[in-house]
Amino acid sequence: MKAILSGNEAIARGAYEAGIRIAAGYPGTPSSEIITTIARQYGEEIYTEWSANEKVAMDAAAGAAYSGRRAMVTTKQVGMNVLSDSLLYSVYTGIEAALVVVTADDPGLFSSQNEQDNRWYARLAKIPLLEPADSQEAKDFVALAVELSERFDTPVLIRTVMRTSHSKSVVSLGERRRTEKPIGPFPRNPAKYNCTASNARLMHPRVEKRLEEIAAYAETASFNRIEWKDRSLGIITSGVLYCYALDVFPQASVLKLGMSHPLPRGLIRRFAEGVEKLIVLEELDPVLEEQIRAMGIEVSGKEIFPPCLELLPQDIRRYSIAAGLLEGEEPEGPHVEPVQDLPNRSPVFCPGCPHRSTFYLLRKMKLPVAGDIGCYNLGTLPPFEAQHTMGAMGASIGVLHGMSLAGIPEQRVCTIGDSTFFHSGLAPLANMVHNGSRGVVILMDNGVTAMTGHQDHPGVDWSVLPERRARKLDLEVVVQALGVKKVKVVDAFKIEEVEEGLKECLEFDGPSVLITRGECIFVSRTANPPYSVDLQKCIACHTCFRVGCPAIGLASETHPKNRRFKSRIEATLCNGCDICRQVCPTGAISPPAPSGGSA
Amino acid sequence: MKGINFLIAGVGGQGTVLSGDILAQVGMEAGYDVKKSDVLGLAIRSGSVVSHVRWGDKINAPMSMPGQVDYLLAYEPLESLRMAEFLRPDGTILLNEYKMPPVAVATGGARYPTDEEIHRTLAAVARSVYTFNATAKAQELGSVKVVNVLMLGALSALLEIELRFWEESIGLYVPDKSKAVNLKAFHAGRTLL
Repeated sequence: MKAILSGNEAIARGAYEAGIRIAAGYPGTPSSEIITTIARQYGEEIYTEWSANEKVAMDAAAGAAYSGRRAMVTTKQVGMNVLSDSLLYSVYTGIEAALVVVTADDPGLFSSQNEQDNRWYARLAKIPLLEPADSQEAKDFVALAVELSERFDTPVLIRTVMRTSHSKSVVSLGERRRTEKPIGPFPRNPAKYNCTASNARLMHPRVEKRLEEIAAYAETASFNRIEWKDRSLGIITSGVLYCYALDVFPQASVLKLGMSHPLPRGLIRRFAEGVEKLIVLEELDPVLEEQIRAMGIEVSGKEIFPPCLELLPQDIRRYSIAAGLLEGEEPEGPHVEPVQDLPNRSPVFCPGCPHRSTFYLLRKMKLPVAGDIGCYNLGTLPPFEAQHTMGAMGASIGVLHGMSLAGIPEQRVCTIGDSTFFHSGLAPLANMVHNGSRGVVILMDNGVTAMTGHQDHPGVDWSVLPERRARKLDLEVVVQALGVKKVKVVDAFKIEEVEEGLKECLEFDGPSVLITRGECIFVSRTANPPYSVDLQKCIACHTCFRVGCPAIGLASETHPKNRRFKSRIEATLCNGCDICRQVCPTGAISPPAPSGGSA
Repeated sequence: MKGINFLIAGVGGQGTVLSGDILAQVGMEAGYDVKKSDVLGLAIRSGSVVSHVRWGDKINAPMSMPGQVDYLLAYEPLESLRMAEFLRPDGTILLNEYKMPPVAVATGGARYPTDEEIHRTLAAVARSVYTFNATAKAQELGSVKVVNVLMLGALSALLEIELRFWEESIGLYVPDKSKAVNLKAFHAGRTLL
């Protein structure tokens, strides 16, 4: 049977077919749909959870694999940094049943803070790296990863990019394999599973030997293959770039590496000797190129294709023409100049978002704000421009602590979401308390991991499936248990309450936590009837624009004195959250009258 | 079979990705190899959304290059301009003329292109441009959400694909409760051109 699947859906299907029993991860674009799909479609066969963070997920998967159950971990590229600490011990120990790590990278930064190339992690960890080119391979490579993991007693890394994870293509579906051993007692084998230095000293040589064995196996494995065509140009490539290469260079010979670490050196040499000119086509870093050049082979790569952003087919063609690899003829398109200066659709807080009030205030109060990762990072953009740093999950609290240590001559705050707080905010808050820091942690509790598509976290009472109930941890209790003496909870939809709470916390001499509570509109789904602007009362001051709501725009009527256009509210977008009414100085904004009529 | 490249451009919330899924499914049912690639903006709502769909004997890259697209389905005029460079000289545009101004335009910070600019540009890049108000038509049918399937209906009138593939694929992707209105929209779309 055939189906059209995204790369992520195909990986989920692959997990099902390959007999994965436990799958865990932390949400992150472009990886999130793997866990979601497993939970929704294969939940009866595979236990799935959103773990508190990627490292927790990795440890749980390792524990399951030690226990004899095939396990998978999923992460986006930056989550790999969190996860890697635990991946690296599992490299030394090996496993009883397969351990597969999937990283979805984000060249082009569609939804990330950097463009790190996670292929390096395979080299760092000394483990096999599989790079699927399309959804069929995404599915097949999970089974391959399981096989390699158990055959060579090693964790295996599968790396996609946004284009493989989110593009869709036709996949032949198979059945779930029933090859599982019955589960027995946990192996008491510290020589294998306890990385005490005296044990680890013996483990390391085994890792090195294993890598040589895998490299030897990679020489003849079908996932690495040469497609001989015209021999004047040879292209070594992997992942989705292989598909692009076929479109841009239909005549060239190609060495496709399904496994791009460890490299099949003999195969690469044979390919290099068979072509006149050799190039490596890879996005981001010269991971393959440097290794191939170190083999003494003459090869070009990054001097043709830059290390930043995606290399889409049109980019590859443009750079190849510039480098003389393709005929200098004009490409087929574009035959028209793109229209210049089109207005962008910048990301904005949704109508009805609970974060709006806090950033309206932070802009007004002109405080320095250490930010974190989540929807609230949109507070960085106009009209708020009120989040001054952002770098990594949970970093805001540590950065706030550093601002306190530096003794800056002003009050300071940080913003962090509920899910991000559970991910990596607990330790830095404990650190602030223990070391006597001062600053306000604004814990923006919207009851969900919002930006990645509304997943659960330990602060909610549901799980990876909304109908599967879970134990909810109470944020106030957690924060108090960490020793914070000043904790204030406010309604995020009441600006005055947020303002008073913030001022109270700012006065406190020590670390304080302001919990701004208000459900994400996608969780509560309690949209109120749309508000409207009374044009008689509107003085065209545009104060309401400062709440940055996409439902608020210019009316067609101007004010007689200042000649500016008055405001209007687009009824199809407004969720009736009331925030704009609270900032309007003339009372021109109101909900519909109970009778249904509105002025 | 001769390959066909499609590009759907819309605004978050218009069902751009879903209609691309349906279009890919139709291609597979009709016997093509298909691939699809979506690009979504950061915003959950109201960002630009683009969906590439390719049908052919054997598809490599999941997206077309500029100058390769046969059919541009634009659910919003501004979004049609962003993607104009992808069309082939003998390409076709189906344009929903209902405008959704970005926040920057709505609050006076930026200018929306004029009708004259829009029509001049589109006429220059494509051999055929079909313009209609799919949003108004969808509202007439009782749901603004069916703009996407209405546009697919209009497209279907230009392609020689068995009707049942369209109807089955729509049924596969839209929720059961809105299947009837979507099929109604699809057939209404077939009469728009």
